[in-house]
Parts: sequence; C-alpha cells; structure tokens
Amino acid sequence: MEAVRLIEVKEDILADNIKIAAGVRQRLSIKKTMLLNLMSSPGSGKTSLILKTVEGLKDSIRLGVIEADIDSTVDAEKVAARGIPAIQLRTGGFCHLDATMVTQGIDALAANKLDLIIIENVGNLVCPAEFDTGAHKNVMILSVPEGDDKPLKYPLMFSICDVLLVNKIDYLSLSDFDMAVMRKRVLALNPNIRIIEVSCKTGAGIGDWIAWLKKEVAAFSLSV
Amino acid sequence: MHELPITESILNIVITYAEKNAVKKVIAINLQVGMLSDLEDEWIQRYFDHLSKGTVAEGAKLKIERIPIKLQCNSCATSYEVEKTNIGDTVCPGCGKNDGKLISGREYHIKDMEVQ
Repeated sequence: MEAVRLIEVKEDILADNIKIAAGVRQRLSIKKTMLLNLMSSPGSGKTSLILKTVEGLKDSIRLGVIEADIDSTVDAEKVAARGIPAIQLRTGGFCHLDATMVTQGIDALAANKLDLIIIENVGNLVCPAEFDTGAHKNVMILSVPEGDDKPLKYPLMFSICDVLLVNKIDYLSLSDFDMAVMRKRVLALNPNIRIIEVSCKTGAGIGDWIAWLKKEVAAFSLSV
Repeated sequence: MHELPITESILNIVITYAEKNAVKKVIAINLQVGMLSDLEDEWIQRYFDHLSKGTVAEGAKLKIERIPIKLQCNSCATSYEVEKTNIGDTVCPGCGKNDGKLISGREYHIKDMEVQ
C-alpha cells in the first residue's frame, strides 16, 4: 500500500468567484458605471424600492436594472415599463447570484450608457452574503415585520453591507420592532453601515435614500 | 444552502492539485471554514460524493475545521471570540463597548489534502 502524503493547498474556495467579481468591478469602473447589489428576504420590498429609486433618479442618473427573481419576468417587466433598461436573469432554483451570472446581466446591458446598475439579488439573507457579485456597493433591506432580531440570525449579511434600509416603517406602530435595539445590534456587527429608515408605501425616508445614492454615484464617477 | 457551488469549487481545486502532484487517490481534504458561514458539513460531503464519482477524489473524506468568529475592539484593540447568534449583543470584555470589527470567521479555505 502506497504511503499517504500531504499536499499543501492553501487556496480560497471562492477564489474563482472573487477573481471574476474583481474583473466586473474593474470593467464597470472603466465605463464609470457604479454597480449596486441590493439584497433582502423575499417580500421585504426590493422591487418596490427599485421602482421608487427609478422615480427619484430618472431625471438625473442613467439607471439600469438586473433582476434575479427565481423564475418569472414580473419584476423586470415592472421596471422596463418605466422606460429603464432591465434584464431578467433566470436563476431557476439558485439561492444567490455569483459574479458569472452578474456578468451575463452586464453583457446584456452593455449597449446602454449607464451611471448606475442595480442588481436585485435573489430574496435570501444567507447565500447572497457569501458571494461577491462585483458590486461597488452592497445594500440590504430589512423590513419591520421581519423583526429586530434578524441581525442576530444573519450576521454575515449585516456585516458586509454599506447601507441598511429599514423598510415598512409605517408598520412600526403595529409591531414590537425595537428600532434602537436593532440599530445597536447592526452597529455592533458593522460600525460603518449607514442605516436609513424608509417606507416605500408612504414615501417616508425615500428622499434620504435618493440623496445618498446621488452623492455616491457622483463621488464614484469622480473617483474612477 | 449554497453547498453545491462551493462543493464544485472544492472539487475543481482538488483535481487541479491532484494533477499537478501526480496523485493516484485523494484520501481526505482538510478545509477551514469560518463559523459565520451557514454551510452544512453533511451536505458538502454528500454533494462531494456525488460530484467526485469517477475522479481521482472519489471517496475522499472532507474534514472541516471551523474557525471561530473573532472581533477586534475599535476602541481598545482587545480581540475576542463571539458566538454567531449573539454577535450583535456582545460587548468587548476589555472596555465594555459594542464596537468591534470582524477579524476572523469568514474563512473558506482548502488547507491541504491527504493523498496517495
């Protein structure tokens, strides 16, 4: 019987995706297009927020959208109906987007001159946190009905995002969601995260979100 | 939930190293995975057994070392381990503040492999 030997590997399992994601970032930086990855649970308001964002930016920023809903074209159709280039990726049963899938979306949008592309990632707080999509900014939504304990259950997601949008604040009076406790938990994971309270239904806070986005897109185009 | 693409990635790396090192059979693969990851060990092994059929890595055992989640306090630089489910409620044992940055717990590495 041949002796067992040990081979040192020391490789990052996600190295391929990390490399492709870096390529996506570089390619879009050259085109001065900022890529934003929007993540959340299903039903927390990703599509509603994108529609509000389209409304808020349409006169100042050229926007495109990559939709990754599991198996429908509903979301992309809603966005495209507002005159915004939108690509629907068919992710089948996939639980997340990776940089290769995002590349397909970017290729499909390549004919448009865009300042900003928003990816609507698959609704899930676990897997999308692990896979770099090539985005320059990561943004997540937590909606009030989901509860203030989510940072304890999905710490990785909260730790990788630049912005947390707390949506459905119009439900606060009906709920035992404790905003102060939630903020404390999130800031403990990620002291640099920006927390913006919004309601896609009433429009509360949407102005703050749009202002942040405009400022970031302007800063991005100067920095690359 | 994303065990399948992770397992494919592991298998690709293992086969590349096996070819480079004239390996006849892979016995075991030692992984280091941070505790922040939601990977289920049992599913990685099941997917691996399926995907590796007919390759040099068929029958290899995946041994997973879990790397603890560690934060470093931004105020006093103390580093401390935390449990995944209460990171947001954990304070620094050095100064009592709730302001730490993550220094480990997100690892996804293949450390080495035992081969013949």
